[in-house]
Amino acid sequence: MSIVVEELSKNYGRQKAVDNISFQVNTGEILGFLGPNGAGKTTTMKIITCFMSPTSGDVNINGLSIHTEKENVKKKIGYLPENNPLYFDMPVLEYLAFTAALQGIDKNKIQDKIAEMVFICGLDEEKHKKIGELSKGYRQRVGLAQAMIHNPEILILDEPTTGLDPNQIIEIRKLIKRIGKEKTVILSTHILPEVEATCDRILIINKGKIVADGTPETLRRQSHNNEILRISISDAADRNEIISSLQNLESVNMVDPLRDDSGALIIQSKAGLSSRKNIFHLCVDKQWVLTEMTPIETKLEDIFRELTTD
Amino acid sequence: MNKIWIIAARELKTFFDSLTAYILLIAFLGISGFFTWLFGSDIFYIGQASLQPFFAVAYWTLFFFTPALTMRMLAEENKTGTIELLLTKSVTDWQVLLGKFLACLMLIGIALALTLPYYFTVWSIGPVDHGAVWCGYLGLLLMSSTYISIGLFASSITSNQIVAFLLSLFIGLFFLIIFSVLSSSSTGFIGELFDYLSLQSHFDSISRGVVDSKDIIYFLSISLFGLLLAETALAKRNIAD
Repeated sequence: MSIVVEELSKNYGRQKAVDNISFQVNTGEILGFLGPNGAGKTTTMKIITCFMSPTSGDVNINGLSIHTEKENVKKKIGYLPENNPLYFDMPVLEYLAFTAALQGIDKNKIQDKIAEMVFICGLDEEKHKKIGELSKGYRQRVGLAQAMIHNPEILILDEPTTGLDPNQIIEIRKLIKRIGKEKTVILSTHILPEVEATCDRILIINKGKIVADGTPETLRRQSHNNEILRISISDAADRNEIISSLQNLESVNMVDPLRDDSGALIIQSKAGLSSRKNIFHLCVDKQWVLTEMTPIETKLEDIFRELTTD
Repeated sequence: MNKIWIIAARELKTFFDSLTAYILLIAFLGISGFFTWLFGSDIFYIGQASLQPFFAVAYWTLFFFTPALTMRMLAEENKTGTIELLLTKSVTDWQVLLGKFLACLMLIGIALALTLPYYFTVWSIGPVDHGAVWCGYLGLLLMSSTYISIGLFASSITSNQIVAFLLSLFIGLFFLIIFSVLSSSSTGFIGELFDYLSLQSHFDSISRGVVDSKDIIYFLSISLFGLLLAETALAKRNIAD
């Protein structure tokens, strides 16, 4: 089940919340939707789920447009909104039955479906409690259960792990990964390691526009062509000489001594070049003992900061 | 229709789970019973086997009780964000509104059904005009549906229940009193218009046993108008501005 977003825009008054974005999500893909607060993530999700109409543009879910086939589109989507709003005064089982009935599940199958969701989401111990009495982690599971109860082919999860403790986060992530094998998932989050842990593809959005789209690896490659190395050379040699010799290497762009006790140096190579061999040969020539040489990977955080700050 | 019923059933259950229903039923029966049988121009004071005193009391009590039922309906969903969850399910805005409308109407229906013993009691005392009694009940239901749709509209435009309550009382007050006062102080077409808009004359004629299509249309059209406004308020999220 594919999602095709075409030139989607949404204005709130003069503010452009979503500004002419287009992308596609393929079946079985888990798409991480990243962006700073107010970037337009939630608005995009609200449009895809048919909660609000776009100012212009269209979303097609397997060929069904959100403008003309609202009811059918809604049936294919499971949605967990931001902050996971639920009826706190309803018991878990009753709430799931209500959702199942609203989604048009056959009366005879509702009980089986509920049992399945209770099992998948690990709600067995808490199923008779009122939702308001549950801990945040369990509420989140109820949120996931209600989103999946009609076996939708698409799951849209808006910040599914906000406010959970580290153990719960890992459990929910595992759950999403497991579900994501069969379904198309769009997941929005602020937590970058979460994206790396769960998503196949990343879409970064800033001020309503898409600023990056690709796997974590492609994004790293795109953002930083320059090789960055951390090296240490044993104390015997003169530090200034080391720095000036390294600086003179053809491939080296910049040498930056770390200001901690380690005495390590950060070496940035010129675009497209690698300095590893040169550094090794230099050390051999000068008879310095090279004790450390580690390539430093660009973190997703850095890519994110680079793309979303002015 | 099925979806409307699912939503109505949930809302009705919430009334009973949250004690709202019990408080309303007890208060309604208490107040209407007190003024029908014990105090003021009650049945014994009038000395006729008629439920007019009850209808006169219910006319006022429902005016206050209906907003208390409807204020939660959409304001709470707006506040907690559950409206988003509800409207992204496979239901339309209208199904949600009608479900909530039906739940309120059913609860008021239950309250009115519980006053049927008044009817049987009066019947045992003397000759009752059965037509007038049933018309009176019909009038109360129609009037309630008017207040419910006004209440739903008030609840749809805010996320604060108190605001919703006060706003629906305020709007309701126009139909209850203000239009009637205005009609008596103006003449010509304006006077007639205000007189038509006033709820009192329509309710009075129905509760006397005169079912005129003009009155039925009055109640139904205000109900529909209120629901239309509520639907517009719900659909506002879609408006591209």
